[in-house]
Formats: sequence, C-alpha cells, structure tokens
Amino acid sequence: MHGGDAIDVRVRRKAFALPRGPARVVLRDVAFTAHPGEILAVLGRSGTGKSTLLRLTLGLDRDFEGTVFLPRRRTGVVFQEPRLLPWLTVAGNLRLVVTDTVPEPDIPALLDAVGLAGAAGLLPRELSLGMARRAAIARALAVDPAILVLDEPFVSLDRRLAGEIAALLARRARQHHGTMLLATHDLDQALAIADRILVLHGHPATLAADLAVPDPKDGEAAGRFKRDLLARFAFLDEAPDDALAAHPPPRRAISPSAGS
Amino acid sequence: MAEGLAATAEGQPGGSLDRLASLLLLAGLWWAGALLVASPQLFPGPAQVLGFAWRAIRAGDMPYNMAVTLARVALAFVAAMAVGGVLGGIAGRSRRADRLIDPWLVVALNLPVLVVVVLCYIWVGLNEVAAILAVAIAKIPTVAVTVREGARACDRDLDELAAVYRLPRGRRLRRILLPQLAPYLAAAGRSGLSITWKIVLMVELLGRPNGVGFELNLCFQDFNVTGILAYGLGFAAIMLVVEAALLQPWERRANAWRRRD
Repeated sequence: MHGGDAIDVRVRRKAFALPRGPARVVLRDVAFTAHPGEILAVLGRSGTGKSTLLRLTLGLDRDFEGTVFLPRRRTGVVFQEPRLLPWLTVAGNLRLVVTDTVPEPDIPALLDAVGLAGAAGLLPRELSLGMARRAAIARALAVDPAILVLDEPFVSLDRRLAGEIAALLARRARQHHGTMLLATHDLDQALAIADRILVLHGHPATLAADLAVPDPKDGEAAGRFKRDLLARFAFLDEAPDDALAAHPPPRRAISPSAGS
Repeated sequence: MAEGLAATAEGQPGGSLDRLASLLLLAGLWWAGALLVASPQLFPGPAQVLGFAWRAIRAGDMPYNMAVTLARVALAFVAAMAVGGVLGGIAGRSRRADRLIDPWLVVALNLPVLVVVVLCYIWVGLNEVAAILAVAIAKIPTVAVTVREGARACDRDLDELAAVYRLPRGRRLRRILLPQLAPYLAAAGRSGLSITWKIVLMVELLGRPNGVGFELNLCFQDFNVTGILAYGLGFAAIMLVVEAALLQPWERRANAWRRRD
C-alpha cells in the first residue's frame, strides 16, 4: 500500500461530534500518496476540510476511520497560525525545534531567506503577523525537513515575499528530494509550485480530483490545465483573502529546472 | 495582604512612599491607641515592643527561634509547592487524573488545618517530620488547585507544535509547559508562603520545643502581650522581606515577556 518514505493517507470517514444531533461528517473517501520529491497542493474552499486533512496526516487527530502513514523522518510544519512561543525570541523559537538528530541550522541564513534578517533577537509580540508567519516557516526549515507540511503559509504575506518564499520552499524540496504537502485555497499559488493538485469538494468533502500539474514553463499546457480545472471547479477562481490573488508568485523562478 | 499592597504600589510613581506613609499611619494609630488604653501589659506601645525585640535579639532567643521557624517554613513550602505543583499539573492536563484527584482535593481543602496537625502528631509522633508533613499537607491542596487552573489554561496548540516536532519531554516541560505555568506557580507561591508560615506557627505552638510558635505559647502562658507582638510582627516583617526579595522578583522575571515597554 505504501512505501517506507511516502506519506500514505486513506481516510474513509472523518466526523466531528456535535453537542446535539448526529456527528458532522467533513471528509469521506480521501486517499492519496505523496512520494519523496513530490509537492502536493490541497485545494478547496475555506472550511472544506483542508486543515483537517493535514491534521490527520500529521497524526494530530486520530479520531477517524481509515489509515495514515507518515514516515518517521524529519518533519517541518507550518500551521495556519504561527504558533511561536511568546516567551522565546525568534532565534529561540527556531532553536526550540532543533533536536540532537537535526544538523545545527544556520539561523541567521534561514531568517535572511525568509526576509527576517536582523529579527533573531525580537520577541513574537514585536513581529507583525506576516513576520510571525515567516518566522514559523524558518522554524520549519530549521529542522532540515524531509517532509514539509504547510497550512496556508502565505496568507498575510505581500506578493513579492510570498513568491520568494514559495520559490525557496519548492527549490529546497526538489534539491533535498523532500515531500511537501501544502493546503491552500489559492489556485495560482498551487499551480506555481505543485507537482500534483488535490481538490477537496462537497459536503462532506471528497477527493474530487488528483491531477498532475504540467510544467509551468510550458505556458500553453499550463494555461489549458488551469482553464480545464476552472471549468470543473469554478469555485477555485473565487478570490482568496490575500494579496496573492491579484499577484500570483512568479512561476518560472520556481520551476524544477530553475531550482536545481 | 502583602499581595494587595504590592499590586497597588506596582507601576505607580510614589508607590513606595504611599506604602511607607500607610505603615507610619498604622504605627501612629497603634501608639495613640496604647496611650489611650494606658495599660502597657494589655496593650503595649511600639516603643515597648521594639525594646522587647531588641533585648530578645541581643540575647539570641529571637534570631534562633526565627531561624528554626524559617527553616520549617522553607521545607514545608518547598514540599507543598513540589507535590501540589505536580498534582495540579497532572490534574490540569488529564481529565481522568482530574476526576481521580479532584475529590481528594475537595476533602483536603475542607479539612480543618488543626485536624491535620493533630493527626500528624498522633500518627507520626511529636517530631520535625510530623510538623513539616502537617504544614505541607495543609498547603498542598491550594497549590494544586491553583496550578491545575494554570495547566488547564495551557495552550493546546503548543502541545501540537511539540508533538509534530517530536520535542523531548524535558524540553517540552522546560520550554513550553513551565513558562505557561509560571504565573500560576508564582501566585501559588506568594499566597502559599503567607499561609505556610501561619500554619507553621500553629504547629510549633502545639508540639515543638522551639520556634516562633513555641515562644508565642510561652508568652501566652505568661500573659506577655509585648512578647506576642514582638515575635508575631517581627516574623511577619521577615516574611514580607522574603516575599519582596525573592518571590516578587521571580514573578516579575517569569512574566517579563508579557511586558510592553
């Protein structure tokens, strides 16, 4: 069913108990495998179960029918909220997750890569939300992850920074032959960096599509792919609530060839 | 009382002056009351009490007895904080543990301290272990309840963060759990200290051959109100100094990251 290094998710049913009435089923029959070197983007409307799917994948919620296999490899996670420890500095937050099994990270370089040069000594309350999100991304990279799981990591970031960080993550995943699982409601962002797109749709959400994304360098194929996708899932074109909608990240800079 | 004073003085210009003025006013009222009653045996004035204290200090009785009592307070305080902190932490983190521990806490909280002290002396004997044990047992429930509230309020999101990054247990405790519990531990410590030393005096009064409580008992038998006030107020002053010099700075340090300068 699954290889040793691949993430394998088979969710038959995930429901949330309600105080009154029957449980609310949010996911049904969602299955995918993410192999090393793959970048998967999970798309869907807000509230469709993307974050729930990531939580199941990470083993944070075991109350569901089905199976999940997450390889026991170094995993970096970016939650929807930055989840920085407010009593530690930015550098302290990065060092927090570095254990004996992780190579010593170059913290100034990591912070520089996410546009936070000079912020190592700041406390989280001294950061804007966008800076805190970037610190969370740097923290995920600090463990030199073989698996990277990101839940809407680019919300609150401006267009240029989001594009740069997306490029950094994609380049890093390809160079390290790592697995990246990204939940987003931004189609352009997903098309820019993902190898495969999973679309969650319906109530309860099912896996409505699992599609290979054409190389962004092939503009015609990429355009056709996007048009076909929108023809099937018009809601994917709904404007997300951040600046990325109007200004998608640069595609060519994050193509596999550009990153290697 | 000390907590209230600290809270009103904190962060306000002239706070220390206000506190000093308040204490001087109290001393003035005491002095005036003593003049009015005009019975030094029944209600001695500040000068008499200070004189008694000075003589007891020079004779060595007061420093010795206060040191003995301080040692008992320290041991019982540390034991109560450690056991109560662990119990409260476990109860706050696990619903099942809470269901098991809570009835014990309710019983312990409603058990008169005097009963605990007497039972410890009967079961363990009239010795130091019984004295320290009685004070610790009397204080553990209040520490546990305070810390339990802190553990319940801990951010579960940070637990998930620790889980996905597979942080070692020691680091989770040191870096994630304890910083969140620190304000509650500090609150338990400050209220705990003021209660602990009062219980220690009762324990000494009932069954120890030394300490401030023992001296108070002797003074009571001699109808020596001056001695009672000298020992009582003297030890209270020492505990206030301990709180101001140790507990308050620790509390400020624990909450330093919350400040917005």
